[in-house]
Amino acid sequence: MFELLAQTGLNAVYAASYISLVAVGLVLIFGVMGVVNFAHGELFMAGSYVVVALYADRFVPFFVAVAAGLVFVGLLGLLMERALFRPLRDNPLGGLVASIGFLMILQALAVLGFGVRMEHIPPVTQEVIAFSDRVRLPVARLYVIVAAIVMLSLLWYFLKRTRFGWALRASAQDPQAAALQGISVTLTAKIAMFIGAGFAGLAGALTAPLVSVNPYMGHSIIVTAFIVIIVGGVGSLEGAVLASIVYAFVHTFVTTFYDGVLADITGLALMLIVLIVKPTGLFGSADRA
Amino acid sequence: MRNLIIWIALAAGLIVLPNVLSFSQQEVLVFLTINILLVASYRLLTLTGEWSLGHVVIMGVGAYASALLTKTTGLPVPLGILAGGMVAALIALALSYPLFRMKGFYFLIGSFAAGEIIRLLWKRFRDPFGGTKGLKGIDPMPDFSVGFYNFDFFEPTSYFYFAAIVVGVCLWILWRIEKSPVGLTFHAVHWQDKLAQASGVNLRAYRTLAFVIASGFAGISGALLAHYIGTINPNSFDVEVMVFVLTWAIVGGTSTFYGPILGCVVLTILNEVVLRELGLEQTRPLIYGLILILSILFMPNGLESIVQKFTRRKEAGLMRPEEAK
Repeated sequence: MFELLAQTGLNAVYAASYISLVAVGLVLIFGVMGVVNFAHGELFMAGSYVVVALYADRFVPFFVAVAAGLVFVGLLGLLMERALFRPLRDNPLGGLVASIGFLMILQALAVLGFGVRMEHIPPVTQEVIAFSDRVRLPVARLYVIVAAIVMLSLLWYFLKRTRFGWALRASAQDPQAAALQGISVTLTAKIAMFIGAGFAGLAGALTAPLVSVNPYMGHSIIVTAFIVIIVGGVGSLEGAVLASIVYAFVHTFVTTFYDGVLADITGLALMLIVLIVKPTGLFGSADRA
Repeated sequence: MRNLIIWIALAAGLIVLPNVLSFSQQEVLVFLTINILLVASYRLLTLTGEWSLGHVVIMGVGAYASALLTKTTGLPVPLGILAGGMVAALIALALSYPLFRMKGFYFLIGSFAAGEIIRLLWKRFRDPFGGTKGLKGIDPMPDFSVGFYNFDFFEPTSYFYFAAIVVGVCLWILWRIEKSPVGLTFHAVHWQDKLAQASGVNLRAYRTLAFVIASGFAGISGALLAHYIGTINPNSFDVEVMVFVLTWAIVGGTSTFYGPILGCVVLTILNEVVLRELGLEQTRPLIYGLILILSILFMPNGLESIVQKFTRRKEAGLMRPEEAK
């Protein structure tokens, strides 16, 4: 029994890692741009397909492919900022619809380029860290965990310790006041979109060999990310990380001990309860949307 | 008198319409008719300023309720459709207690979560909802004759006439509600909420009322759908369908009654007829996505703003404040 608990705990840590990467990106974009990016799950999917194209099809080393995934999806984020969110800055509902349009385009491109079937990606490494016979952590999962910890720490340092980070947080809090202080709202928007999208791409690229890659994989990711950012409080990065961990543990344990559908229901119910008790989320502040 | 002629022409056009279409286009026409009711009911909710992502699931509640009631209790299908609407309204009333603690973005996501929970419950409980496979062999409308026309519901044309009458009556009711004092209060709840509250309007009660009425009509549209296609499953009402409803409403524009309907008709014809006829099966979502982006970038006030441009001079004196905005 203890071993099962330990193994499930390890699985939950892995899930928390990639969920928090996705959710933090979504929060960053929402905080700075004021837009709900519905295409965030498809950015994750795009990251996975970069690994399919480079690593699985062209034998580029895995970590080079992952770095390419981060940069490529980050650039997609810049494209969205320039083409969609900047012209629609005063129209949050418009930004939402535009991101839905972008989502459909990304999905269609994935179908056209790779087909609807699940991609087969050769495993990166077969190595497994065995704590005991029944408590094992595949090294491929460890990569995801380490990457999430490193990237989130870097982001935290960037936001709290550098001038750019201060500027970013300032324009998330109050764009007009930030602009008055000489902070370029456009520049902070670009940075936020690049990081936010890039993190989603990174998560997608790293997990590509571990999940079933297909053009429609973004759907469950975006649902999870929404739950997490609501529970954590929209606009709170710390809240998003904490909520990712809570959600991952609840979801993984209910899946292991009961079943997947019940786990989904539990996750959604968790979010509804948080919304009912504290309608702005655990760490959230005033309504923005 | 002029109005009467327009209505008669419209009715004549709708009677002729299915007879000049191919079989698959007739089927699209039936779905379009049902979706018009769905999107028109959605607009009633958006009048109060709240955007829900659970509307299609509520439609599904009506579909499941009507399908199960007609099957298990032997309720006649027309009454089942009505009951489907009532069940959807009741479920909406129950959901409104938690949901209307939230506003704006939180309501959007909260309604999505509530909808997903309902959908997952259909998936999880095979009895009575049929699990992932859903319900099959739903009772069809019984055929009947009105003397000069035989309704044979195996034919899409017959079902189109039936659905068009039901939807027409529902639209008329929705229109009357919007023009009534209650409808004007819905507007006030959105645009002048502080003033409305100060005048003694119970904001939450009116938001709930709009939500319940809109859900009732969504339920009717779901029941219409269920008895037409004969099989429903949880995926028939997933968030992808909701995204379509959202885009119909936004691309059409929501400041007029006809805006969302216009969006629904134009986008459905584009997506289901034009792009399909051009043989662009695989690139269809790509083009549809591009159309969405271009229309929101270059036509932020929706298709209705174009119509208004042509009719503005005539109605200048009658415009409501939010249209003049």
